Amino acid sequence: MNRSLSDITSVDLAPLGRIIESHAPVSSNSLIPILQQIQDAYGYLPKIVLMEMGKRTGIAASQIYGVATFYEQFCFEPRGRHTIKCCRGTACHVKGGPEISEEIERAIGVEAGGTTEDMRFTFETVACLGTCFLAPVIMVDNDYYGHLTASRIEEILERYT
Amino acid sequence: MPDKKITSIKDLEALQQSLRGKAEKFKARVLICMTGCRALGAESVATGFRDKLGALGLNKDIAVVETGCIGMCAIAPVVLIEPWDYLYGHVSPDDIDEIIEQTLKNGRSVDRLTVKKNKKPVAKKNDVDFYRKQKQLVLENCGRIDPRRIDDAIERGGYAAAIRALTEKTPDEVVEEVIASGLRGRGGAGFPTGVKWKFARRSPGDEKYLICNADEGDPGAFMDRALLEGDPHRVIEGMIIAAYAIGATKGFIYVRAEYPIAVEHIGIALDEARTLGLLGANIAGTSFGFDIEVRMGAGAFVCGEETALIASIEGGRGMPRPRPPFPAVKGYMGKPTNINNVETFANVPPIMRSGADAYAAIGSEKSKGTKIFALAGKVKHTGLVEVPMGTTLRRIVYDIGGGISNDKPFKAAQLGGPSGGCIPAKYLDCQIDYDSVRQIGAIMGSGGLIVMDEDTCMVDIARYFLEFVQSESCGKCTPCRVGTKKMLDILRSICAGQATMDDLATLERLAEDIKKASLCGLGQTAPNPVLSTVKNFRDEYVEHIEEKKCRAGVCKNLLGYEIFEVCTGCGACRRVCPVDAITGEKKKVHAIDQDKCIKCGQCFAVCKFEAITR
Repeated sequence: MNRSLSDITSVDLAPLGRIIESHAPVSSNSLIPILQQIQDAYGYLPKIVLMEMGKRTGIAASQIYGVATFYEQFCFEPRGRHTIKCCRGTACHVKGGPEISEEIERAIGVEAGGTTEDMRFTFETVACLGTCFLAPVIMVDNDYYGHLTASRIEEILERYT
Repeated sequence: MPDKKITSIKDLEALQQSLRGKAEKFKARVLICMTGCRALGAESVATGFRDKLGALGLNKDIAVVETGCIGMCAIAPVVLIEPWDYLYGHVSPDDIDEIIEQTLKNGRSVDRLTVKKNKKPVAKKNDVDFYRKQKQLVLENCGRIDPRRIDDAIERGGYAAAIRALTEKTPDEVVEEVIASGLRGRGGAGFPTGVKWKFARRSPGDEKYLICNADEGDPGAFMDRALLEGDPHRVIEGMIIAAYAIGATKGFIYVRAEYPIAVEHIGIALDEARTLGLLGANIAGTSFGFDIEVRMGAGAFVCGEETALIASIEGGRGMPRPRPPFPAVKGYMGKPTNINNVETFANVPPIMRSGADAYAAIGSEKSKGTKIFALAGKVKHTGLVEVPMGTTLRRIVYDIGGGISNDKPFKAAQLGGPSGGCIPAKYLDCQIDYDSVRQIGAIMGSGGLIVMDEDTCMVDIARYFLEFVQSESCGKCTPCRVGTKKMLDILRSICAGQATMDDLATLERLAEDIKKASLCGLGQTAPNPVLSTVKNFRDEYVEHIEEKKCRAGVCKNLLGYEIFEVCTGCGACRRVCPVDAITGEKKKVHAIDQDKCIKCGQCFAVCKFEAITR
């Protein structure tokens, strides 16, 4: 609960207002696009923003939370400065993807889905990046690193501070 | 692009003529893939060409065009030069001067950048085996046009089929034409598209919806992505024809958020089509109105299932519901709705253009037209491949794909993603179409085709797919939610060498039950990767269980890394080991501390002397 208290004092609700306005009149049909825009604006879905969204739109907070938790894209915690996406598609899997994923976990000390304590990295796995010709492949922010071997991971991650 | 609206087929044809005239003023065009190839530096190649051609004053004669996927991803970044059709691969900014001098000024190919066959250069695109053995019908414009310019699409005949359908045919005639063409849904199940349209057309109601399913969630599939990125207008044109046929006034394209370039290109294409009066009220001067909204998926594989997809567009949790009622009767907002996949819509313009008979002449007896495959895995030429339905697996993997990387033996091809199966070598000469593939235990699926060699463990592949569907199961029905979890537990214990033959029997029984009892396509097909591998590679399962052996060297618990006397003491393994488990003096045989070893395999990969076994 401490987090939501600090949220109250630190979160700017102006972006939320603009997002809701752009969808007026809001119906539950636009719930997912609104949540996507909130995440774009805030980097994640802060609880206080979702509660406020419920109040302003009349959509029950439980419904908002229920929908948001269903989809992998939404996150409820602040994210690291850099995002590592490790592809776990089939082509990457048969070309040694699992070793890459394990090496990333070992190198930053965080499992997939987590964020390092210093907020440097958020590490995610994705179903497929659709760049099978680069397999095995990861993305760090918007940069692709393809044809990887586990031994290159540390050197790649050092480029992101 | 003119800002005047197109109000008849004559308008469109006049515009096409004037655009063609403008295009013919260029003596040459440099086409650069700016979608997939962007990952390997295509942007700097495009900028380099523009700058250098500009500095030489050649930019009036030579056009630089940023295109979608040219197909041969294995040689990215790919550049194609018209009118000679020279195909260059692995192009870097350092190659630009030579290409300008040799090709653009003198018309000769730069042989060091071309594809090689038997060490001899093959310069022209259509002489390269990868393309020579394909039939590019749906992909004809992909890689030839700038997908962000509707002019490029119109110059190559875009939207003519839609306007002709709207002005020369009744909706019923369009439906009958598509039925006669034999087109079947490219999303995987292969239901006849025209019949589906007929259901939606006949369904009572004034308000009907059309949805394009672009939630390409199968790992290892990138056909829809390539189409949306490389030729979005073809998909929109197909949707206009479909909307007219069923009487829909509003459409959605539901696209994965993981495809930002596709989202961007569709957005631009829709805006341009609206400006020209090809979308919105009174399309091309007719009384028919239709518009399309883009919705981004939020990362849930189950939303590829049509009822789950509708729930997601309605703003809810993307969970499926029992059918009937089918979406054709009760879909989005309870209204009649028709859903087709991206590639299905992209097949519609050629059908309307050349007629059902010409289309039906392509393909096999019950599967008409072409199919696009995303060819990947242990194959030399990874890329986007379009072939007539009924082409053999051998032709796709060997003639087009160039065979297996490092010339190892072919073990299996995985077709159809998590809903599909593994096709073993004995079926290499089997035709790939909906019905033949189903007979050998796979499904056509959306078109991901992953090639596997002897280093792929088939039990591990089954575990991999089960892990995927298990985590993507929405949890609504018990067979899928609990059943796939139980199957995954058994597969994990087989991979860990802790299972019995009884467990294998349970696994097979569970698989059959889950297939029969699950609510939607996700659960009904989830056991397929297991069933097809148990059927075709049963000896590998037995080996894991009885001999505690993984012949492919993948299942970690069954491996033990050791260094043998042939070790030269080069130290490469010692340096690469992330946990310092390897010790040894220079030029002396090294050793692995088994307590420290995490079996990551990096030493095995780095050893040049085959001194490490597992």
